[in-house]
Amino acid sequence: MESPVLKIENFHAAFGEHVVLKNISLDITPNKLTAIMGPSGCGKTTLVRCINRMHELVPHATVSGKMLLQNEDLYAMNPIIARRKIGMVFQRPNPFPTMNIYDNVIAGYKLNGLRLSKADLDAVVEVSLRKAALWDEVKDVLYRKGTFLSGGQQQRLCIARALAMKPEIILLDEPTSALDPKATSHIEELMIELKETVTIVLVTHNIAQAARTSDYTAFIYLGELVEFGPTQKLFTVPEDKRTEEYLTGKFG
Amino acid sequence: MAQNHITARILKDKAFKLLVIGLAFASIIPLLLILFYIFKNGCTVINWEFLTHLPRPVGEAGGGISNAIVGTFMLVVISGVCSIPLGIGAGIYLSEHKHGALSYTVRLCVEILQGVPSIVIGIIAYVWIVMPLRTFSALSGGIALGIMMLPIIVRSTEETLKLIPESLKEASLALGVPYYKTIMKVIVPAGLSGIATAIIISIARVAGETAPLLFTAFGNPFMNTNIFKPVNSLPLLVFNYAASPYPEWHALAWGASLVLAVLVLTLNVIARVMTKKWKVQF
Repeated sequence: MESPVLKIENFHAAFGEHVVLKNISLDITPNKLTAIMGPSGCGKTTLVRCINRMHELVPHATVSGKMLLQNEDLYAMNPIIARRKIGMVFQRPNPFPTMNIYDNVIAGYKLNGLRLSKADLDAVVEVSLRKAALWDEVKDVLYRKGTFLSGGQQQRLCIARALAMKPEIILLDEPTSALDPKATSHIEELMIELKETVTIVLVTHNIAQAARTSDYTAFIYLGELVEFGPTQKLFTVPEDKRTEEYLTGKFG
Repeated sequence: MAQNHITARILKDKAFKLLVIGLAFASIIPLLLILFYIFKNGCTVINWEFLTHLPRPVGEAGGGISNAIVGTFMLVVISGVCSIPLGIGAGIYLSEHKHGALSYTVRLCVEILQGVPSIVIGIIAYVWIVMPLRTFSALSGGIALGIMMLPIIVRSTEETLKLIPESLKEASLALGVPYYKTIMKVIVPAGLSGIATAIIISIARVAGETAPLLFTAFGNPFMNTNIFKPVNSLPLLVFNYAASPYPEWHALAWGASLVLAVLVLTLNVIARVMTKKWKVQF
């Protein structure tokens, strides 16, 4: 087994008095898709938001334990640097409404003031949009506003925007929950293709989606990591009774 | 009996409808009358000379209001320079910090400031700036007007930015964009139409103010472009000349009223168009 790109060790997270994550230990394997599933409110979104330190935006958020990104302590880094290495796609597509499609893709460079030549930017835009399987649909309308696209296209634009920064990991926080079934299957296919170039962490409350797309699955319940393993194994011979009950629809 | 009752009700309904339609029309009448009078009396005065020349001495016909136009422009610029950065900054703070002692205090103070009579703001500017400098000045008038603009800009900026979805801020922060750049390059541009509209509305609002200028900008029958000297403004000129006993000055006052009314109307129209055109779709 390859050495993990991200190592989570004895990780706890709380908002004020309210403990959300308890003693999570998890290894994320490079170029694989790790699904984090669990019922609503179990802490799965909090876990991924801790990975790129977005949870720090909430006042009174505290964490303990370790997260190592390629053996570097994520929590010793400047959060701004950490977030450039770990891309994120949110539940609802959120392209920048003031920017056109082209600028949306390179927003990470533009907003951070990273200067690239026009040719390099063009290349980043094309490569990112191709990876996000959006290039053919938008190559003639690159200078139109991103908000004119359909929901599924907007979400792929957001994926392209995250990919453009060439992150180590990209976090997908229920990326299909606001999309229709067709757009959802499109994004799922895309996720599987993307594994070649990037490590993916997918949060989902959709069991079938985790089964369809992921290599590893973590099941989180009430802030605890109940079970973690290869998807095939977890879905066929779960070790924990709670996993089995969740998969068979007894709760969640 | 029952039939009569229903007929009476239907009639009452109709009467009520007519009444509210009539009242709605009535509310337009004041503006129409104002515009009608201003146009009727002002139109004949206005020509190129009126806009580009100084007022003539008493007894001479003709002359213009160029000093008041330049003065109004100076006052608006000074007030804008003072209040726009301050107002937008405070508005950003309020939208980012919905709770907290400072937000509460700022919100309260801004609300009270909005209710302070304009003449009182004039007195404050007199005490703060005119007395120490020992002269009436465009600067003091501009600051008085700036204080009046401030609440409009602060509140509108806050309200506009509050409507911008949180997800946009997250999108930017998740790309590793620092907080201040997220605010300045993502959040503020998304709310630009609202902020720009607020600025224009507030300019339209203070351009017609007379009271705070009475003992700050003071008025000046000559051309002046020095911000440390008194200047004339359109409403001040109307105030001074309309109260004079000379028909030539009355004519100038009507003309100045028309210029002022057109200016304010234009600003309002621009604000309306801008809100529609620049509207950002999320």
